[in-house]
Amino acid sequence: MASLIDLANPTRFMRFSAALLPWLAAIAALLIAVGLYLAWFSAPADYQQGETIRIMFIHVPAAWLAMMFYSMMALSALGTLVWRHPLADVAQKAAAPIGACFALICLVSGALWGKPMWGTYWVWDARLTSVLVLLLIYLGIIALWRVLDDPSRAARAVAILTLVGFVNVPIIKFSVDWWNTLHQPASVLRMGGPTIHPSMLWPLLILAIGFTLFALALHMVAMRAEIMRRRVRTLTILEAERLDRLAAQGVPA
Amino acid sequence: MRRAFFAILKRDLAVAGRAGGGGELALVFFLTLVVLVPFALGPDLNLLSRIGPAILWLGALLSVLIGLDRLFQSDEEDGSLDLIRASALPLELAVLAKGLAHWLTTGLPLALVSPLLGLLVALPGEGVLPLVATLLVGTPALSFIGAGGAALAASLRRGGLIVPVLVAPLTVPVLIFGVSAANAAVGGTVPFLTPFLILCAISLGAIVVGTVAAAAALRSAD
Amino acid sequence: MSGLLDGIGPHAGFILASYGVAALVLAGLTLAILRDHAAQKRALDALERRGAGRRSGREMA
Repeated sequence: MASLIDLANPTRFMRFSAALLPWLAAIAALLIAVGLYLAWFSAPADYQQGETIRIMFIHVPAAWLAMMFYSMMALSALGTLVWRHPLADVAQKAAAPIGACFALICLVSGALWGKPMWGTYWVWDARLTSVLVLLLIYLGIIALWRVLDDPSRAARAVAILTLVGFVNVPIIKFSVDWWNTLHQPASVLRMGGPTIHPSMLWPLLILAIGFTLFALALHMVAMRAEIMRRRVRTLTILEAERLDRLAAQGVPA
Repeated sequence: MRRAFFAILKRDLAVAGRAGGGGELALVFFLTLVVLVPFALGPDLNLLSRIGPAILWLGALLSVLIGLDRLFQSDEEDGSLDLIRASALPLELAVLAKGLAHWLTTGLPLALVSPLLGLLVALPGEGVLPLVATLLVGTPALSFIGAGGAALAASLRRGGLIVPVLVAPLTVPVLIFGVSAANAAVGGTVPFLTPFLILCAISLGAIVVGTVAAAAALRSAD
Repeated sequence: MSGLLDGIGPHAGFILASYGVAALVLAGLTLAILRDHAAQKRALDALERRGAGRRSGREMA
C-alpha cells in the first residue's frame, strides 16, 4: 500500500515507470516469443477443430484483456470519484484505447475462427454479442474523452459513464443470454467445448501472461504521455499568461 | 422541497408543451421511422406483422434518444441549472423531476400512439395492449438512462450525436426484454409475464441508477 | 512438427489472417502510443527550453 501512495505523485510515477518499462517490455517480448513458439510448433492440432485451434491463442488472451482493462477502468473510475486519486483518471484515459483494441482483436479473430468452424463469420452468439456491446461502450467512452476539453471535468464525466457501464455489463450479459436462448441459432456450436489438453494450456497461459504484460507496458507509456500532455497544457497556459503580462507592461510606455 | 420538485416538473412540461418544445417532434419522428421501415423491407404484411413489435420498439427507442441531448443543455445555457444546483432541493430529486417531465412528454405519448402505428405494420389485435404496456413500462428506463447520458454532455457545445452513442449500448437490455414481452403476447414459447416483469425490474433499476448518475455528473460539471 | 505454411491445413488463410490482424492492430496501437509519447516529450522539452517550466517538470526521466 505504501508503494501505491508513493506512486500517487505523478513525478514519482514518471521516475518509477521509466525504470520499470524496459524490464516489463523485455519480459513481455520473451513470454510472447516463447508462447508463440510453443503455440505453433509444440501444441498439437485439435482433433475436432484441426489447426484452427491456433487462433485460440490470440482470441482468448484478447477477450481476457478486453475485460481486464474494463475492470481496471472501473477501478480507476472509483479512484477518480471517491478518492480523487491524481493518477486514477490518467490511468483510465490511457486504458480505454488499449481495451478497445483488444476487444476488436477478440472480435476479428473470433470471426476468422468462426468462418472455418461454423461456416459463417458472425453468429449472434451470446458471448460474441456481449463483446460487441463492450466494444461499443469502449467507443462511447473514447468519444466522451474526445469531446470534453477540460481534463479534470472530462475525467469525472467519463468515470461516471464507466461505472454505469460496469453496473450494466452483467445485466447486458444476462439479457443477451436470455435473448440468445429465445432465438436459438441454427448451428449450435459452443466455443471451448472440449477440455483443454495441457499441451495447449501451457502456451495459452504463457501467451496470456505475455500479452497482459505487453498491454500493461503500453498502458504505462500511454499514462506517461498523458501526464506530459497535462504538463504541456498547464505550462502553455502559464506561458501565455506571462506573455500577456509582459505585453501589458510594454504597452503603456 | 416538494414545491421545488413540482415547480421544476411544471416548468419542464410547460417548456415541452410550447411549439418546438420537443415532445411532439419526437412523435413525428416516431411516425416517420415506422413509415420508413416498409419502404426498406417491402410491403409484405405478413413479414411486417411478425416484426411489428420490434419496429415499434426500435422507433420508440430512437425517438427518445435523439432528442435527449437538449435535456440539460438548454438549462445549462440559460443558467437555470445553476439555480437548481444552488437550491435546497437535492440534485437527485431535481433530476427525477426533469426525467419524469421528459417521460411524460415523450415516452408516454409514444406509448399511447403506438396502437395507431401498430395498424400500419398489421400488428395482430391481441398484441396491441401488451405492446402499449411494454412501452409504458420500458420508456421510463430509456428516459432515465438517457438522463444520465444527457447530464454528462450538459456542458457540451458540440457533438449532438454523443448522447445517443453513449446511451444506446446501455439500452440493450431494455430493448431485448421489451421486444420479447411484446412478442410473447402474440405467440411463442415464453409466457408474457416473464420478460415483462424483468422489464419492470430493469426500468425501476434504471430510474435509480440514471438519477444518481445524472446528479453526480451535474455536480461534477461545476 | 509442422512447417510454417505447409501442414497447417486447409484453413491456413484464416489462421494467418487472424494472427496478421492481431499483429497489425497491436502494432498500430503501439506506434500511436509511442508517437504520442514522443510528441508530448518534444513539446514539454521545447516549453522547458523557453523557461516555462521553472516550477514543475524538474525531472523528466
